[in-house]
Amino acid sequence: MSSGNNNNEVAMAQPPSRFEDVLHVLKRPGALAGDGFDADSGDDVMEMMQDSISLLVIGAGGLGCELLKDLALLGFQNMTVVDMDTIDVSNLNRQFLFRPADVGKPKAVVAAEKVNSRVQGCRVTPKHARVEELSLDFYRQFHVWVLGLDSVEARSYVNSVACSLLEYDEDGNVDPSSIKPMVDGGTEGFKGHARVIYPGMTPCFQCTLWLFPPQTKYPLCTLAETPRTAAHCIEYAHLIAWPRDRPDDEFDADNPEHMLWMFEQASSRAATFGIPGVTPQLTSGVVKNIIPAIASTNAIVASMCATEVLKIVTMCLRGMDNYTMYMGGYGVYTHVASYERDPQCIVCGAGIAIKTRADSTLASFRDALTSDSGGDGALPTDLRGKVTSPSISHGSSNLYMAHGPLEPLTRANLSKSLRELLFAEADMECERRTVTLMLNDKALAAPVRLRVTVE
Amino acid sequence: MIKLFSVKEKAKKESAEAAVTGKKKSSAGELRIQKDISELNLAPGFSIEFPNGTDDLLHFEITLKPTEGYYTGGTFLFGFEISDNYPHDAPKVKCLTRNVFHPNIDLEGNICLNILREDWKPVLSINSVMYGLNFLFLDPNPEDPLNKDAAKMLRDNPRQFEQVVRNGIRRGW
Repeated sequence: MSSGNNNNEVAMAQPPSRFEDVLHVLKRPGALAGDGFDADSGDDVMEMMQDSISLLVIGAGGLGCELLKDLALLGFQNMTVVDMDTIDVSNLNRQFLFRPADVGKPKAVVAAEKVNSRVQGCRVTPKHARVEELSLDFYRQFHVWVLGLDSVEARSYVNSVACSLLEYDEDGNVDPSSIKPMVDGGTEGFKGHARVIYPGMTPCFQCTLWLFPPQTKYPLCTLAETPRTAAHCIEYAHLIAWPRDRPDDEFDADNPEHMLWMFEQASSRAATFGIPGVTPQLTSGVVKNIIPAIASTNAIVASMCATEVLKIVTMCLRGMDNYTMYMGGYGVYTHVASYERDPQCIVCGAGIAIKTRADSTLASFRDALTSDSGGDGALPTDLRGKVTSPSISHGSSNLYMAHGPLEPLTRANLSKSLRELLFAEADMECERRTVTLMLNDKALAAPVRLRVTVE
Repeated sequence: MIKLFSVKEKAKKESAEAAVTGKKKSSAGELRIQKDISELNLAPGFSIEFPNGTDDLLHFEITLKPTEGYYTGGTFLFGFEISDNYPHDAPKVKCLTRNVFHPNIDLEGNICLNILREDWKPVLSINSVMYGLNFLFLDPNPEDPLNKDAAKMLRDNPRQFEQVVRNGIRRGW
């Protein structure tokens, strides 16, 4: 028997790798590959994807189910999925990891179980929690965050966490190892977006918050006096009748009795004004602000996101720069736009580095900033001498508010030392600490972040 | 784009920023309200209180004592609630002074002011809301009523309206 035949037999005996198709991409050089991509080490890259990279998937709903499936089938094996919700019957038409028997169980737990049992080697860890409940150390352990969220609030929060993990060198350059790339997907009916965010380098969520349309809101007087549509009647029941008639009850849109009450109120109001069209479905749609979810939109947006994760991790292709919109209502239309950072973004801005002594008082620190030298040249030239009466805050605590009724209440802080104001007792021994302060002044168009190193 | 991961260097270096202070992170809404409050321009007749102290700017109360118009001499208290999503979301404002007879305020304290709902824009600020409230008391609008009786009276019989408002102010609402 020749050795060639022998090889053939071995090849026959071993089925091709499950990730053969991904390996094709990882082992092929190309003009569009990202910086530093090496097609010769494709197998090693695959191994790194499987063993060393851990992903955080936030949201296990319509997008989350698709994302987990896509990422698992691309070969990512270490994932943690976070979701605060439990499974509702109405999710089953598109959230395909869930079955009727799963209704009422936490989405994260069921999604993780299903993916782990279907994709060999995959280890998805569930977290049934709100994004706000998780610690910075939790977030820090993942390499790439993938967002399948349905609210501006949750995205804003996750974005602010990513930005707060950023570290800077002496010159104010962001330390690349502190960057957590985020891939964000979003869908609404037939429309969607996928975007890639490198916090500190590319526009963060807050930089482009204006991309989100404001919620439809009706004038209160229209609801109260001149309703014209079924939605007006429902909003009347929701915003006016409920607080008036049931002031001690917290309205809960998931409580059937509450929803029934809402529907009956809206119906009787509609009858008074001769308005047709109030149905239980519309009532829950208006009250919960529901836009029908389309399974194919989720699938398309999730596939764009998963592909970007693959690109970020392996550099097999240059990544999306930096926002793709998708419109599927009339045919298919997509457009990629390269948004720019907001230089005055209050969340991802690098801020200004300042060094000071722990025993200097807040007053002397503030005086140095307002002097013509702008804190010994710390402030950029265009701000020196312009910032005349700043307020200073540290997180939620307002150290000194220069105007209004808070001035007398915070004045006492001026004579305290920075050590006293910024550090708890336990931290006193620390020799050198960096804290972030926010500076507000009428001369500033937006708050300025100060990275103060206290020695 | 940058290359963040390499096959060779897998072990991540320990984060330099060792112990993070146990301080609650401030939300984008909080950062923005700090700016609004630090630039607050209290027009004559206005005052502001922070019931939870200097570190909670998300809840406050504004008192308006109109110096002109039907409501001169009255004192009106407004509760403000700012969400973490401010200024994407409008502030929630309620009139805490009860039973105010006003065409655009109902007896539960809901206020019909366009910039608080359908016309809110993130470029507006607490200052803008105060101007809006001031205007509402200077020039009540009977065309877009929340309290229909008040609107009807103001339109049909302004003198009687004035009298009812005067009485209300005298009783302290």
